[in-house]
Amino acid sequence: MVQKKMAIDITADLDRRPIAKLVQEASKFESTVYFEYKDKKVNAKSIMGMMTFISIMNRATAANDLIDVIVNGSDEEEAMKSIEAFFA
Amino acid sequence: MLNGDISNVPLQNLIEKMNLENLTPDVDINKIELTMPDINRPALQLAGFMKDFDRNRIQIIGNVEHSYLKAQEDGVERMKNFLKTGIPCVVFCRNIEVEDEIIAAATEAQVALLRTSKTTSSFMAEVIRWMNVQLAPAMTIHGVLVDVYGEGVLITGESGIGKSEAALELIKRGHRLVSDDVVEIRKVSDDTLIGMSPEMTRHFIELRGIGIIDVKTLFGIESVKNTQQIDLVINLEEWDRDREYDRMGLEEHYVNYLGNNIVCHNIPIRPGRNLAIICESAAVNCRQKKMGYNAAKALYDRAMANINKSQE
Repeated sequence: MVQKKMAIDITADLDRRPIAKLVQEASKFESTVYFEYKDKKVNAKSIMGMMTFISIMNRATAANDLIDVIVNGSDEEEAMKSIEAFFA
Repeated sequence: MLNGDISNVPLQNLIEKMNLENLTPDVDINKIELTMPDINRPALQLAGFMKDFDRNRIQIIGNVEHSYLKAQEDGVERMKNFLKTGIPCVVFCRNIEVEDEIIAAATEAQVALLRTSKTTSSFMAEVIRWMNVQLAPAMTIHGVLVDVYGEGVLITGESGIGKSEAALELIKRGHRLVSDDVVEIRKVSDDTLIGMSPEMTRHFIELRGIGIIDVKTLFGIESVKNTQQIDLVINLEEWDRDREYDRMGLEEHYVNYLGNNIVCHNIPIRPGRNLAIICESAAVNCRQKKMGYNAAKALYDRAMANINKSQE
């Protein structure tokens, strides 16, 4: 399992497309990908999960709050790199 | 998965839910939050005994406290002092008349005075029940929650294994969707978990290849539900030749959420297995067990009786 703290910047616009892209990116990998913020933990391979996550982030976070990205599985290193690249 | 984060309840929510009359409009109620589900009838405190007094509780005044105060010469003074102890609010039951002097004192101390027409005991019972739900430990789960024959069936499993498809077929067969993909669960008691959908995705389903569909407008109000107790977990997983799957169902397997055990079935997926019918059968079977009949045990007993007979 690899875990990293990240700043994410998709809260600014609620356009579904970047979220859909992120979900697609996460779905490419065998590993499970979870995003966690406070008591909310959602599956990054799920559109519904990410939509919920974004709406929570919009309501609750300060701009520079970090979220936890938790990746677990056979290709976890690659998956983490790809998620990092997405937010870079 | 994370568990057990508890958030406070804004006083405004209690006022709206219980339909309370606010006697102190000049108190800023947006600043007041309730942190515990307990309540207090402040008879002892009004009599002057302050030991072990819990200031965070909702204070409730009924007929007895009110007539006690009236009988005291310094009743108003006692009430004024009580308001200064740092309590969040005081609720008067049975539409008790509250003196202007007390309202002024409460406004000064920034304590909300509220009033209900309900009797004290029934109001207390209702507040405790509602507050317990509001303040219950909560977590989110990746899964689909469907009400099948009145049983709350939580379908879990990896992304893309077919949870939403199973839910859609269940809906078409007349069952009700509670939440797709993200289920918020709350522990309202040591044997009850309640599941609901985040407001954001309520009544929507995502189907791979089609996208988002709105179940409520497509299939009608009878196909959705807002909250549901979770009675059973069905975990879908890819068929593994080397793994043993339950063939009898004599032993129950459990999964633990927030400290509560829920019966869990691991269902292997293979092309051609009809998931909806399996979920339906698991739900009615679970219900039948709750009503006292266990089919696996009945079959076992029958077999044992036959063996005993042939030995005679």
